[in-house]
Amino acid sequence: MLLEVKNLCTEFKLKRGIVKAVDDISFTIDKGEILAIVGESGSGKSVTSLSIMGLLQKPGRVAGGEILFKSQDLNKLSQKELKKIRGNHISMIFQEPMTSLNPVWRIKDQIMESIMTHMQISKKEALARTIEMIDTVGIPSAAQRANDFPHQMSGGMRQRVMTAMALACEPELLIADEPTTALDVTIQAQILELLYRMREKFNMAVLLITHDLGVVSEAADRVIVMYCGKIVEEADVRSLFSHPLHPYTVGLLQSIPQIDDDCDKRLYMIKGMVPNPLNMPPGCPFSDRCDHSMERCTKEMPELKEMSGRKVRCFLYKEAVEGGLAEK
Amino acid sequence: MSEVLMDIQNLSKHFIIDTNFFGKPLSTLKAVDGVSFVINQREAFGLVGESGCGKTTLGKILVNLYRPTIGKILFEGKDLTVLDEERRRSYCKDIQMIFQDPYASLNPRMTIGDIIAEPIIINNLLPKNQVEERVIYLLNCVGLARHQRNRYPHEFSGGQRQRVGIARALAVEPKLIVCDEPVSALDVSIQAQVLNLLSDLKEEFGLTYLFIAHGLNVVKHISDRVGVMYLGKLVEIAPKKELYANPLHPYTQALLSAIPVINPENKKERIILQGDVPSPINPPAGCRFCSRCFKELDDCKFNEPVFKEVSPGHFVSCHLFE
Repeated sequence: MLLEVKNLCTEFKLKRGIVKAVDDISFTIDKGEILAIVGESGSGKSVTSLSIMGLLQKPGRVAGGEILFKSQDLNKLSQKELKKIRGNHISMIFQEPMTSLNPVWRIKDQIMESIMTHMQISKKEALARTIEMIDTVGIPSAAQRANDFPHQMSGGMRQRVMTAMALACEPELLIADEPTTALDVTIQAQILELLYRMREKFNMAVLLITHDLGVVSEAADRVIVMYCGKIVEEADVRSLFSHPLHPYTVGLLQSIPQIDDDCDKRLYMIKGMVPNPLNMPPGCPFSDRCDHSMERCTKEMPELKEMSGRKVRCFLYKEAVEGGLAEK
Repeated sequence: MSEVLMDIQNLSKHFIIDTNFFGKPLSTLKAVDGVSFVINQREAFGLVGESGCGKTTLGKILVNLYRPTIGKILFEGKDLTVLDEERRRSYCKDIQMIFQDPYASLNPRMTIGDIIAEPIIINNLLPKNQVEERVIYLLNCVGLARHQRNRYPHEFSGGQRQRVGIARALAVEPKLIVCDEPVSALDVSIQAQVLNLLSDLKEEFGLTYLFIAHGLNVVKHISDRVGVMYLGKLVEIAPKKELYANPLHPYTQALLSAIPVINPENKKERIILQGDVPSPINPPAGCRFCSRCFKELDDCKFNEPVFKEVSPGHFVSCHLFE
């Protein structure tokens, strides 16, 4: 087990009250595994990744729980100790390749910075490694492009540079926060393929954060579905897509227009919208949008129940009964 | 065969990037370069392409936000490009637009009611005392409540704002609505709501859509015919079913295969295009796709392929089909 998150809570203290952006979530990632967290905007998926990296901005703070990376609680480390892990053992790719590179530095200097910080090697060796990394992520004529500034590159190229930077120190865990959202489909396919290849090469684990279920089904091994800061369902990718349990997951899957289904039918709609985080309904957060809502749903919060290797947070399902799922 | 609403002939828009000392253009960006197609009455024409292919520019030309460099736009038989500004305005009422970003396309200082009423008042469509009634009717059409007309845009979520944008476009009873990526800024569960609303309104008001998007699955859902653009040119047009079942242009094939499938059991053979879209300032000679094409012929680098009909209603511009 590489990373274990236990009962993580992250809060934002605002004037109008406290927003629990991440509310008591637990999960694990093994070596070489790709775990995807899916959810809509405001579901807390990006805050989860920032909490792990220790990059939360005020007024956000980790209010409870443990983040164990190789049995070491990241939350208890000082910023100085964290710096040794960040970029070296855990690194991150951000959503916007346009804004997360420094516009006044050549890309080779930006990649070299992280290598020089974490590895005891000479500048010459660092440069050689930088060019090797730029080549690995599939940028043609690497030695030449290394001297470019970010504005001279396209979006896909910049995302490759970000990836090269993140992978330069051969991290054990890569957090990819919406790595393809800002890119076109043909470029998205290139970047996903790159992530896959890099995982094989370095045997690293990937925490893939996205709102795109298509990307999840292509890339992930295991999936966590988040809604309003809570995990509502967790399963391996095959069972999630072939047999989704939580009504929210079912709704999400049905509301996407698919390329190979009959297009004349109406799309399924999840009614209503995400509740205001300052004014959450007392029971299940999905209860007012759910087709199967019962009286109980509006009063109590269901537990995240484990059953035959997967987890779901819904009153529709009881515990696992001998080999199968018992539907109420 | 249904009647033609809009006939676009050889339309181009060139932006001058740089001029020399005497004002002579040194480099031009050909955002839209010689595009011709027709939009029939009451159909939804989908236009797909990657960023920078000129699809939004084309939409903006049609609603008179840009003037075309050359080309004709025949709307119900009249050429819009030769009319003077005043006469154009009266036609522009018939062609409205829904914008991509619902956060940027509504004036934050106006109430929702005023935003929807503005086009009605400017065009003098109704006497003043009936405007409010009409606004309430429009709000109901797009699924908002009447009391919400006194609120400001920041009080609404993305999906609701997009509904306001749709109500504003409907206010002047247009014949054609240019929808420029109306759902790409929205969450998945909200996308479905807006797509269903758009298809309901199309039935109810007998509208015609030009639906611009980069997602081929969204376009498939709403359109009757689809055109694919690459670097300012149309490379393929076909009825929806034909295009998705039998894509001819290599770019269309790659675009279709790049869409992630929501079924982990069924991983398809994928065509991964090499490289990036070339700069439209200096596009490749010959076929514009030849630098990334996986079926390139010798001819492609030198001669530009002709856009022609290969089977009824299916147009493609590629040397493979000449």
